[in-house]
Amino acid sequence: MRHHPQKMPPAMWLITAIVTLFMLTPMLLSIMAGLVENYGQGLSSGLTTRWLRDVWAGYGNTVIVSLLLAGACVAVTLLLGVPCAYALARSRSRWAHHFEELLTLPVAVPGLASALALLLAYGSVAHFRQSFAFILVGHVVFTLPFMVRMVGSALRRKELVALEEAARSLGASFPQRFLGILIPAVLPSIVAACLMVFTLSMGEFNLTWMLHTPLTRTLPVGLADSYASMRIEVGSAYTLIFLIVILPVMWALQAMGHFIEKHYGK
Amino acid sequence: MENKSVGVDIRQCAKTYADGTRGLHPTDLTIEPGEVLALLGPSGCGKTTLLRIIAGLETPDAGSRILFGTSDVTHVPIERRQVGMVFQHYALFPQMTVQANIGYGLRIRGASAHEQRRVVGELVDLVRLNGLEHKRPGELSGGQRQRVALARAVASRPRVLLLDEPLTALDAKLKEQLRDELAELLRQLRITAVHVTHDQREALAIADRMAVMQAGKILQVGHGESLYRQPAHPFVATFLGRVNQVERSADHAARNQLVLGGVTQTCPDHCAGATQLLVRPEDVEILGIDYPSSVPATIARRVFLGDHLQLTITVAGHPALLADVSRDHGAQVGDRVGLFIAPHQWMPNRVDL
Amino acid sequence: MSLTLSSAVRARVLLLAVSAPAVAFFAAFWLLPASMLIALPARQGWRTYFATLTDPLYLQSLLQTLGLSIATTLATLVIGAVMGLSLARHRFAGRGLLLSLLTLPLSFPGVIIGFFIILLGGRQGTLANLSVALGGERLTFAYGLLGLFLGYLYFSLPRAIAAYTAAAQSMDPHLEEATRSLGGNGWAVARDVWWPQLLPTTMACGAIVFATAVGAFGTAFTLSSKFEVLPITIYNEFTNYANFALAASLSITLGLITWFVLWLARRVAGPAAVGI
Repeated sequence: MRHHPQKMPPAMWLITAIVTLFMLTPMLLSIMAGLVENYGQGLSSGLTTRWLRDVWAGYGNTVIVSLLLAGACVAVTLLLGVPCAYALARSRSRWAHHFEELLTLPVAVPGLASALALLLAYGSVAHFRQSFAFILVGHVVFTLPFMVRMVGSALRRKELVALEEAARSLGASFPQRFLGILIPAVLPSIVAACLMVFTLSMGEFNLTWMLHTPLTRTLPVGLADSYASMRIEVGSAYTLIFLIVILPVMWALQAMGHFIEKHYGK
Repeated sequence: MENKSVGVDIRQCAKTYADGTRGLHPTDLTIEPGEVLALLGPSGCGKTTLLRIIAGLETPDAGSRILFGTSDVTHVPIERRQVGMVFQHYALFPQMTVQANIGYGLRIRGASAHEQRRVVGELVDLVRLNGLEHKRPGELSGGQRQRVALARAVASRPRVLLLDEPLTALDAKLKEQLRDELAELLRQLRITAVHVTHDQREALAIADRMAVMQAGKILQVGHGESLYRQPAHPFVATFLGRVNQVERSADHAARNQLVLGGVTQTCPDHCAGATQLLVRPEDVEILGIDYPSSVPATIARRVFLGDHLQLTITVAGHPALLADVSRDHGAQVGDRVGLFIAPHQWMPNRVDL
Repeated sequence: MSLTLSSAVRARVLLLAVSAPAVAFFAAFWLLPASMLIALPARQGWRTYFATLTDPLYLQSLLQTLGLSIATTLATLVIGAVMGLSLARHRFAGRGLLLSLLTLPLSFPGVIIGFFIILLGGRQGTLANLSVALGGERLTFAYGLLGLFLGYLYFSLPRAIAAYTAAAQSMDPHLEEATRSLGGNGWAVARDVWWPQLLPTTMACGAIVFATAVGAFGTAFTLSSKFEVLPITIYNEFTNYANFALAASLSITLGLITWFVLWLARRVAGPAAVGI
């Protein structure tokens, strides 16, 4: 559709400008605050990397932990979610529909509630409770619906049903057509889902805060800690590190979204 | 190419869906080895359902049986039924080349690389895709994709070839050209084929025999020409070609006579008792007003359709009739003409005969 | 009749087998825990389930949460619509970049947004410095209701901006031209063209924003405002008073509200519109 620049009342532009300022200023402020000697004096106090180094020394392990956790979350949701998405996409039974509804409950319900439930059920299993696996489980429960939904909607496309029937008519067994035909055909959606899961896991706080122990801290947990107890410069530098990690992933996610839209329509 | 075609025997196959709708009523059908049979009908008539049952993509209701030659394949899944299938939108594997697509069935079944190359090469020649072996489906035209789909389906020497509206996705001009190519190819392959379509010209051009279907039932099976000339069911008459409908009173029906514009005509025996008669536009002759025993009529409309003229004729006391005449016929709008229909061209419009 | 399973049964077995790991995982780590959570308040008596309604403190917390969320949702929808329409209809250099930046906060944990509000309105914040520089008192807003509201607005706007920009882009421009040709002014266009076409987005987006706001924890946690919201109450009950049953009861209430709102939106606007 060709877009003619249409007349907009100036009031709308004003609101847009003010809100844009509101949204972008803190990001810029926090980047600046993490890189100056003294926040109170602002840029005139000179630029430095000492806060970044301080943060890395004190909280560096949380960055690694979050990255590993997010990676593990992607791996687990892939292994569990892609076959499940296939089953739900092909099943004609009502149970499949009900299960899919159930699966999205951890997203509809506040993370706090899911965390409490997990603590209630497994809090007494000390080894599990104090390990990273406990947090991983929470993340997977929260991100699995996204993987299943995103891959599932790609698998439901009519062309894919025909592709699978064609492969079957040529004699392909289930593993052959699942790995050789279906996965390659929905690869963009799988990649997009992985990026989404990664982003969600990196930024997850509500659930993680309830489940963590001093020995199993993630990046957002560390952030909360630093905001409460450290100087603004340190908090800002830590936030900057988070931004550096998350930005490429978000952009890749958006690029993937555009790619899928272009090639497969909505 | 080696031919493994078998005959197909369908006995009392029915399909009822989960929500209770009847996709197919118990149906019997026999297809000879090497024959091309068309399943023809409007959307929703059950033709695709029947095709998918033959393929093994749908399970028929209990009591149904399907035989390929002498073996009962009713409970054999599609992976092992040795059928070839051409889908409506071709379903070519997008990330594989033409070569890889065609050879897929062979590869799955563990054929040697040499064997794959040989068969793929043969088929590329047969469907005339030379030079395009390394292209991906996205780079091909609609007609080329259709040929790849066909080659892929026959590469593993299936017992039966099934085509699901293979020409529907193409535009009109291309459709005609490919229709003839497809007909020729099927004749060359001498493979048992079932071809689903809603286009009667396609069915007439490609198939040896055809089965006209409506609402889950087969109404009539036979050669195209006999279905056209002697439809056993009014739906068959109206679906294959076009017809004019003419009413007559019960009284006239009993005496098997038709009064058209004041002229009485005796109808052939097979029309006896029918209160509605059908006649094809091409059997309505438009002659001079003085032609003996012709019905006086007026030309209401004249449409030039390129290879023929379509005239709309008004006759006193009846709804307008359509007549197809030659391109060079001199009739103009408003002319008073004589309408003549040879008695044997009338067909009765009732189900039981 | 052969002895092997019919293909229909075989297909069903395959689907079950393939989805089994996910089903088992979900059953073990959510269904089971959730049912235990739902059963927990019963230990202290049936009345515990209605704690939010019977206890004045909890009721206040609930009402405050709902009020804040409603206010946030309304403001977000209006601003989001305005911005979505503005951004969709005017192509300018850097528009793509601006949109990505505006939707970036979707990936932020709530704590970062609390921090941002402190940067803007805390004791060393922008407003404080500005007000002092202009010769007045050191003004702050971060620790009161306004700070909380702005924080909630901050994490809700990206979703609305993204949704409305997409919806505005797929609006039919001819409808607007037709309205104008029939003599309609700006208000007529807004009321008769924009509003109906953006209604599904509004309902879906509104539901998500409301549900997210009701369940939000990190932002309120960082700002430790005196205006207590229910998630903070739950957290306090659990961590400080070890009152598991009560925390469970409050969580169930919270979960019911958010689930209901999203379910309602899905029924009215269609599942695709609501995303997850």
